[in-house]
Amino acid sequence: MSLLSGDMSDRRNKGFAAKLHIDLPLLAGLLVLMGFGLMVLYSASGGSELQLRAQIIRLVIAFGAMIFFAWIPPRVYQKWTPLIFTVGIIMLIAVLLVGEVGKGAQRWLSFAGFRFQPSEIMKLAVPMMVAWYFSERRLPPNFSELLVAGVLIILPSYLIMIQPDLGTSILIASSGAFVIFLAGIRWRVLISLLLVVVIYAPIHWLLVMQDYQKQRVLTFINPEQDRLGAGYHIIQSQIAIGSGGMKGKGWMQGTQSQLEFLPERNTDFIFAVLGEEFGFTGVLLLLATYLWIVGRGFLISLRAQETYTRLLSGAITLTFFVYVFVNIGMVTGILPVVGLPLPLVSYGGTSMVTVMVSFGILMGIQTHKKLLPG
Amino acid sequence: MLKQTNQFKAPVFKDHRQEREILVTRTVFAFVVVILFFILLLSRSWFLQVVEHENYKTRSNNNRISVQRVAPNRGLIFDRHGVLLAENKSVYSIQVIPEQVKDINKLLDKILKLKLVKESDLTRFKNKMRGTRRFKSIELITRLSEKNVAVFSANGHLLKGARVEAQLVRYYPFKNMLAHTLGFVGRINEKELNKIDTVNYRATRFIGKVGIEKYYEALLHGKIGSRTVEIDVQGRAIGKAIKETPPIPGANIKLSIDIKLQQAASKAMEGYRGAVVVIIPRNGDVLALLSTPNYDPNSFVTGISTKDYAKLTNSNSQPLFNRALRGLYSPGSTIKPMLAWVGLEKKIITKNTTINDPGYWVMPTKEQRIIRDWKPTGHGSHVNVSTAITQSCDPFFYDLAYKMGIDLISSEMSNFGFGRSTGIDMGEELKGIMPSREWKRSARNLSWFPGDTVNVGIGQGYWNATPLQLANAIGLLATGESRHHLRLAMEIQEGEEWSAISPILAKQQPDFGDQKNLNIVRKAMEKVTRFPWGTAKTAFKGATYKSAGKTGTVQLIKMAEGEEYNKDEIDTKFHDNAVYLGYAPLNYPEIAIAVVIENGGHGGESAAPVARAVLDKYFELQKQAKNNNKPAENQ
Repeated sequence: MSLLSGDMSDRRNKGFAAKLHIDLPLLAGLLVLMGFGLMVLYSASGGSELQLRAQIIRLVIAFGAMIFFAWIPPRVYQKWTPLIFTVGIIMLIAVLLVGEVGKGAQRWLSFAGFRFQPSEIMKLAVPMMVAWYFSERRLPPNFSELLVAGVLIILPSYLIMIQPDLGTSILIASSGAFVIFLAGIRWRVLISLLLVVVIYAPIHWLLVMQDYQKQRVLTFINPEQDRLGAGYHIIQSQIAIGSGGMKGKGWMQGTQSQLEFLPERNTDFIFAVLGEEFGFTGVLLLLATYLWIVGRGFLISLRAQETYTRLLSGAITLTFFVYVFVNIGMVTGILPVVGLPLPLVSYGGTSMVTVMVSFGILMGIQTHKKLLPG
Repeated sequence: MLKQTNQFKAPVFKDHRQEREILVTRTVFAFVVVILFFILLLSRSWFLQVVEHENYKTRSNNNRISVQRVAPNRGLIFDRHGVLLAENKSVYSIQVIPEQVKDINKLLDKILKLKLVKESDLTRFKNKMRGTRRFKSIELITRLSEKNVAVFSANGHLLKGARVEAQLVRYYPFKNMLAHTLGFVGRINEKELNKIDTVNYRATRFIGKVGIEKYYEALLHGKIGSRTVEIDVQGRAIGKAIKETPPIPGANIKLSIDIKLQQAASKAMEGYRGAVVVIIPRNGDVLALLSTPNYDPNSFVTGISTKDYAKLTNSNSQPLFNRALRGLYSPGSTIKPMLAWVGLEKKIITKNTTINDPGYWVMPTKEQRIIRDWKPTGHGSHVNVSTAITQSCDPFFYDLAYKMGIDLISSEMSNFGFGRSTGIDMGEELKGIMPSREWKRSARNLSWFPGDTVNVGIGQGYWNATPLQLANAIGLLATGESRHHLRLAMEIQEGEEWSAISPILAKQQPDFGDQKNLNIVRKAMEKVTRFPWGTAKTAFKGATYKSAGKTGTVQLIKMAEGEEYNKDEIDTKFHDNAVYLGYAPLNYPEIAIAVVIENGGHGGESAAPVARAVLDKYFELQKQAKNNNKPAENQ
């Protein structure tokens, strides 16, 4: 089953997987990732079976959610997209008014005994909404359509930013931006927007950013200036990865991880454990797996039949890639520390279900196709 | 090609070929960018892991700064005069980190040859080693003797990779005697792990399992500290700490217990199963709290063997059972003074009311049921309340209880604390049963019969109470003051300062009014210990102080009518329970005591002498204290 196997594989997949609306190449990638991830997690948690069990339970639940969403034909949520988006916005406002405070930010909403973060819904609702908006119109979008799309993205992002949850806010904004990009925003508009960002950045630094946020950026630029403080994370994780070498120190044998030099080794910095214990070989395997998944996502997008599904699957794939890139970039020291988990590998994380739901949607887009005439 | 995309909107004319082209171009572009980013990540990893590998490898080996957690020292427990009841002792163990040892078998062999460990310790160690990572230190043996510590140090150069580690382990110098009061600490188990603050307990190995140790766990534990140290490649600390946050030790607790009195009680109870409780009724202090038989709490601290534990749990005499707090006994005749007071106070009887006791009492209902006195010949034809208490005349109290009715008895006796928590700071006590109509309906689904009331009149039937409740009740009668929650912790030391815990008043209180009726009852109780026909006069013969009390003898088997109770013919486990409640001195009662002896026979014969021994000790200690204080005052 090659990544680029086209319609051939569709015809062959008419068995059990087809009935469940599972996309086998994507499934294979996810399973390899999860298996590898659990192995690294077990080591990173210091051999804790308790954490391993909890993570497996979480993965199984997320897997169930994926299968459920794969089973829903894309038409259905396309129809419901404006409603889902509206409800999401209302919940975001509700969070600000009556939400539960956790770790200094208002992110949780309790409903009938359930506690959830509306921002998780928005991770999917925003690209869905923008894709829906463009699918109703001619592409490429004109200026006024771009403005409307901009509002659809900025409104929820702003509501999440003031919770405050800057990381999620940026991710959601970028997932919407990806739809605009895929919808064919003209290059000169895109470049002018980037210029605006470049000009705005210093102003943001001076007027908006909190001290701790500034500190993160400064530490990122020169971690050695604060070796035992904020720079500690970055230095220790780079030592862990670098000392792993080509083959790594062996599973559960990483001194950086096992002697607890590496902070947050089972959550945000789990990639460093992998790098230390499995070496460059392990990194290559992990990145290849992620690339396989992302590549399959793009292929699904290319072969989708309608504008809505094409845009949505493309945006989902790109967003997933951003997660991976930001986390690994942060741990290897090419991006500042922003506190994002490595998707499907890091311990815990409320976002695991959202990630798997988005893969369910991808699978649904691939498997619920109409036969086109001629 | 035209297509209607949404049925609710006006059709939009779309150029599908152009749209598809845009999307394909953009997606392919995005994919290319993604691949470039992947290559970026990969090259970064290549740079770190291959190009700069040697550099980072050295830095990893030189990595020397580590934060270690330091467990706080557990708070100490003292008796009321400052005698140490629970302390922390250094215990030595041999630790091995497999990673640091070249040939583990050779090392173990050497240790075995030095006779520091037994063969069985080695098998246990090897099993443990299989389940643990090579970096972790594994305990080879706990509780290394002082001599063996010396042997180990002398041969230290041969035993690279193994080291002796000292740690503080709880020790209870008074062993069995206070087992049921202090309780003990033990290793934290999985269940407890879910309840505790894992950050604060990260370096802690022991937690209070029962007794005072459990109840005051939060106070005794203290706060974790940390040390930032330089460590070598294997994670061993070298040199001084770079940064140190010392742990905050747990609070010290001073108990109301007087260990000398406890010792006296323990000695007097030797060979008996039962409980002794001594309290200061005026503030709720518990001076002695003993349950026998008992066990050595020290054996639980580092883990008791399954065999020893089975021995304790399978024993018929139940040494693990805290009789003082959880033993539910029929109070028997010991509650007669309290019932008599209620009768007088509610004007159901006067001090001159007499009954005729021919050795039995006839219940004035249709069936004319005959209920026997414990004394077959009876107590005579003119038994008044005073005689009835002193000689423990059952028919007088059958009659009184019958006239009072269960509702009055139940509500008044609840005020004495029966059927209620004494409020003791242990969290283990049982409330017992003060029977009432409601209780019988909900617990037994039966209605209340007059015969039930008559049984309650002599402290039997459904009524049961803990020794703690009995001491509490007699203390109230003695002082005629308010009921306090019983308490063990009286002072707590956090940091330098000792702060006293103030006594807490109970919610329900008996109303003693002008004490006139109390005095009638007290006079009768005094006769119990002092008059020729008093049931405890032999026990208190020759006492240097005046005390009052009441004996109780509780039948555990029902006698058929006409059958005589013959001690020699009955299995010991069906022998009567013996109870004695008392207080002293008479003019201004300071302490109250309850003694319960299971199958002890007559209360006057076994329980009262125990009370006598404890009271003797109390007054002896008082005298000593006075003599010790005098010269100081004169100076």
